[in-house]
Amino acid sequence: MSAAANKTRLVEEMKAQSGQDPSQCFQCAKCSAACPVTAAMDLLPHQVIRYLQMGMEEELLKSKTPWICASCFTCAARCPRDLDLARMMEGIRLSMLRCREGNKFGPADLTPEQLEKLPQQALVSGFRKYNK
Amino acid sequence: MRYRYFPGCTLKGQAKNMENTTLAAATALGIELVELEEWQCCGAVFPLYEDELISLLSPVRTLAAAEGEPLVSLCAACHHVLKRAQELMQRNEDARHKVTEFLEIDYKGEGRVLHFLEVLRDDLGFDKLAEMIKKPLEGRKAAAYYGCLLLRPSKVMQFDDPENPTIMEDFLQALGAEVVKSPYRTECCGAYLSVTEEGVAADTVARILDSARKAGAEMLITACPLCRYNLENCAAEDGKEPVKVYYFSELLAEAMGLQFDDLMAKAIERRRSSDVGSS
Ligand code: SF4
Ligand code: SF4
Ligand code: SF4
Repeated sequence: MSAAANKTRLVEEMKAQSGQDPSQCFQCAKCSAACPVTAAMDLLPHQVIRYLQMGMEEELLKSKTPWICASCFTCAARCPRDLDLARMMEGIRLSMLRCREGNKFGPADLTPEQLEKLPQQALVSGFRKYNK
Repeated sequence: MRYRYFPGCTLKGQAKNMENTTLAAATALGIELVELEEWQCCGAVFPLYEDELISLLSPVRTLAAAEGEPLVSLCAACHHVLKRAQELMQRNEDARHKVTEFLEIDYKGEGRVLHFLEVLRDDLGFDKLAEMIKKPLEGRKAAAYYGCLLLRPSKVMQFDDPENPTIMEDFLQALGAEVVKSPYRTECCGAYLSVTEEGVAADTVARILDSARKAGAEMLITACPLCRYNLENCAAEDGKEPVKVYYFSELLAEAMGLQFDDLMAKAIERRRSSDVGSS
C-alpha cells in the first residue's frame, strides 16, 4: 500500500473511531510537558501529533512512543485544544496490531515469579493493550 | 442504602484484602453491597477506539446486570471501565445498538455507576463517617495517591477535580489521620508498563514515593491493585525511609475498630445474607 493511501486511512480512521483530528493541534507541547514517561520515548507526544499532521506514518509505526504511552490521560487533561492524545496513541498501536505485526506480548513473555505476583488486572490490561 | 456490587477479578485474587475490609466496613456502616450474580472481568482497559466493540461486551453486560440500581465497584480500573462504557452507551447510538443486540439485552446507559469512595462522600457523607469512627488514626501521617483512572478523563469520570482532588484527603481526615499532601498524588504510576517496560515504571514510582516521603508521609492510600503492586515492587527503596502502601479500605476498617478475624466473619456472613436476599 502506498504511503499516501495509508496516511489517509490512519488519520481518517482516527477521526471516525476516536473523534480526534490531529490538525486541531497547535503544537504548544503542553502534552509533552505533562507526560510522565517521556524519558523512555523516542518521539515526544506533541511530535507524534506533528508526524500525524505531516502524514509521516511509516516513521510513526516504527516509533517506540506509542508502546511506552501508559494511557494515563494526563496529556488530554492538560491540552488547551481538548485533544485526547491517548486515543491517538491507541490508534497507532491498533494500526500495528491489526494489520502489521500481530501480537506484541503474551503469557510466554512473563516469568513464573511475575505470573505469581502480578495483580490479575495487570495481566488482563497488558494482554488487552498489546494483543489482538 | 442498597447497591449492586461488582468486585472484579483482582478483588477475588491479589487484592482480596480490599474486598474483605470494604465489605466488613460497609456492613458496619449500614451500606448493603449485593454482589452481582455470574459477573465476569470488566476487561481492565477501556477501548479508546470506538470500533473495538468486543471490549465493551463485558462491561455493558455488567452495567445492565445492575438493573438500574446503583452499581458500586472498588478497583479503580473496574470503575473506570464501567463508567466510560456507560458514557459511550449514552452517547454512541450505533455502538449501543450493536453491543446490546449482540448481548440480547436492553440497556440505554441508565443507572448510577459509583466508586465506593463516592458512596462514602455523596451518600453516607464524610461527616457521618467521622462520627462512626471508633479508633481514629491519630498522628498517622497519611497521603492520598489518586493515580489516573479515578480522575481522568474528568468529564466522564466526574469523580473530583482532576488537578486538585480532595476526596481521598477528606476521607483520611474523617478517619482521623494526619493528612499529608504530596505533589505527585495524581501522577501515573506506570500502569501495565511494569509488565513490559520495567525501567519506565521504576522511574515513575520512584518520583511518587520520593515526593510522598519529602512531604512527610509514612503511608499512602490507593484504590487500585495495580498502583499498589507498582508502588510496592517497582522502585529500589533500599536505605530509604519506608512509605507503606494501603488500600483505602484497610485504613477504613482499622479506624472503625474492625479486627481481621471479625472482618473475615462479617464478610462471609454478608455473602450469605446477600445470597438469600437475591434468590
Ligand atoms: S497539548 Fe494539545 S495542542 Fe498542545 S501540542 Fe499537545 S495535543 Fe497539541
Ligand atoms: S496518555 Fe500517554 S502520552 Fe499522554 S501523558 Fe499519559 S503516557 Fe504520556
Ligand atoms: S479492572 Fe480489574 S481488577 Fe477489575 S475486573 Fe477488570 S481486570 Fe479485574
